[in-house]
Amino acid sequence: MADLSVKVAGVTFNNPLIAASGTFGFGREYGEFYPLSTLGGISCKGITLKRRDGNPPPRIAETPSGILNAVGLQNPGVDVFIREDLPWLKQQGTVVIANIAGNTVDEYCQMAEKLSETDVDMIELNISCPNVKSGGVQFGTSCESVENITAAVRKSCKKPLIVKLSPNVTDIASIAQAAEAAGADAISMINTLTGMRIDIHTRRPIIRNNTGGLSGAAVFPVAVRMVWQVANAVKLPIIGMGGISTWEDAAEMLMAGATALQIGTVLFSDPYAPVKINEGLNRFLDENNMTSVTDLTKTVIPW
Amino acid sequence: MKYDVRQLPLLSNEEIAHGIFDMRLAYRQDDLPVACGQFAHVYVPSKTLRRPISVCDASDGELRLVYQVKGAGTQIMSQMQPGSMVDVLGPLGHGFQIEKGRRYCLIGGGIGVPPMLLTAKQCEDPLIITGFRSKSLVILQEDFKALGETLLCTDDGSAGQKGFVTDLLRERIGEIDEVCACGPTPMLKAVAAVCREYGKPCQVSLEERMGCGVGACLVCAVKVRKNGEEIMQHVCKNGPVFQAEEVVF
Repeated sequence: MADLSVKVAGVTFNNPLIAASGTFGFGREYGEFYPLSTLGGISCKGITLKRRDGNPPPRIAETPSGILNAVGLQNPGVDVFIREDLPWLKQQGTVVIANIAGNTVDEYCQMAEKLSETDVDMIELNISCPNVKSGGVQFGTSCESVENITAAVRKSCKKPLIVKLSPNVTDIASIAQAAEAAGADAISMINTLTGMRIDIHTRRPIIRNNTGGLSGAAVFPVAVRMVWQVANAVKLPIIGMGGISTWEDAAEMLMAGATALQIGTVLFSDPYAPVKINEGLNRFLDENNMTSVTDLTKTVIPW
Repeated sequence: MKYDVRQLPLLSNEEIAHGIFDMRLAYRQDDLPVACGQFAHVYVPSKTLRRPISVCDASDGELRLVYQVKGAGTQIMSQMQPGSMVDVLGPLGHGFQIEKGRRYCLIGGGIGVPPMLLTAKQCEDPLIITGFRSKSLVILQEDFKALGETLLCTDDGSAGQKGFVTDLLRERIGEIDEVCACGPTPMLKAVAAVCREYGKPCQVSLEERMGCGVGACLVCAVKVRKNGEEIMQHVCKNGPVFQAEEVVF
């Protein structure tokens, strides 16, 4: 039995698997399949300063080996999260990450301040949501804006700060460097790739928002490539995500440079995927006489 | 734990009307209690998303899912062979609330007809109205006849009366206490309007493109009015059955 625990920015996770924001709500539903301590951590549904109702449906479309979604950050607001969901989440024996999104830098800072006074374990800065009209990804697509918002939130944030990167950029390594320079404690990546599907009979986009974010197995090789590029550009720990569906994918993402992992879309077809991925990783480590999952991180031998 | 995924043996999977299949799975009610109006979230090999299929019937060791081939996923489902195992999450969601001592009118339109069968089994002497585009799509008539009075209509008059379910509902609404309906959104909207006009309560089963099936991913949103405020709820968790007067169509 290998040691599956990992440490990111001083926070210990019992295993490297974290539920990805937006696929897991605030944990209550998947807590009806297995104890949430099955997961190393939970990145909660993205929260905003005030309640948001999200986009009109349809909000999802299936794609080859993936899905497009455009939920539009439906959430009850940071205060309701702190009052009604966080106390319960903190009793589940898993690391709790609050994922925050805003329309302005000031909103991000206000939320970071509020959450710093709670016992949330980490804060994930969502500057990569492609499905809202203002805010979200607009903060995440240039080095200047990433540096600016990271530095501002850093001042308001007493918790370890993860910056979640968008893949919809020209050079993701330089974006990661900007976050590092501005005081981020970790990088999580990748958010979804912007995509679109059209119903050829109605000529209407399937998603009401016209475009959505692509996730699932289809984006996995893109995510591996980007994690590898960023791992070569920054010293920060990376939480790798994007289409991880099997334990082999998990091992591959760790080898590319990730210290921990987030999984999301796979849960929709197999809610038990975290259990299976952890079992597979453990077996792989044992078979290779490795004692810790951290021994896999950034062990790719590039040509 | 409230949710589980089970492998259920496929007993049969036959086409009962044009493009409409009747899948029967071996199942025990003790293991997997199911209420009328709930759905099964069916895993389709090679697909990223499960397919939510309403439960048509559950009895005698059989779970019955009647579905229409609409795309690649249901196409794969239609080719599943007896003897294979089907991966089912659920049954999920909140179904129809049926009370004793009330006379229900059950209305199904097209592929919204199947869940009304298990619902009819919970009702005393229901009035069952089903509507289809045309004769080639008519299903489950014999099953319904054993459970109550049935009225059939088609858009083109090729089977039953020519017209819409709402025409038949108007003729008979004086006889019933409450309506339960499942079908295309325009039909549900029309049924809800008739019920409002006559002051009859109405429950509607809604459909929306769905992800996780359990209320975590928030994609299958439906706007409802609660305490005078419009809020987003979700078909998979809060529904699929809603009180019609709460739905913002």
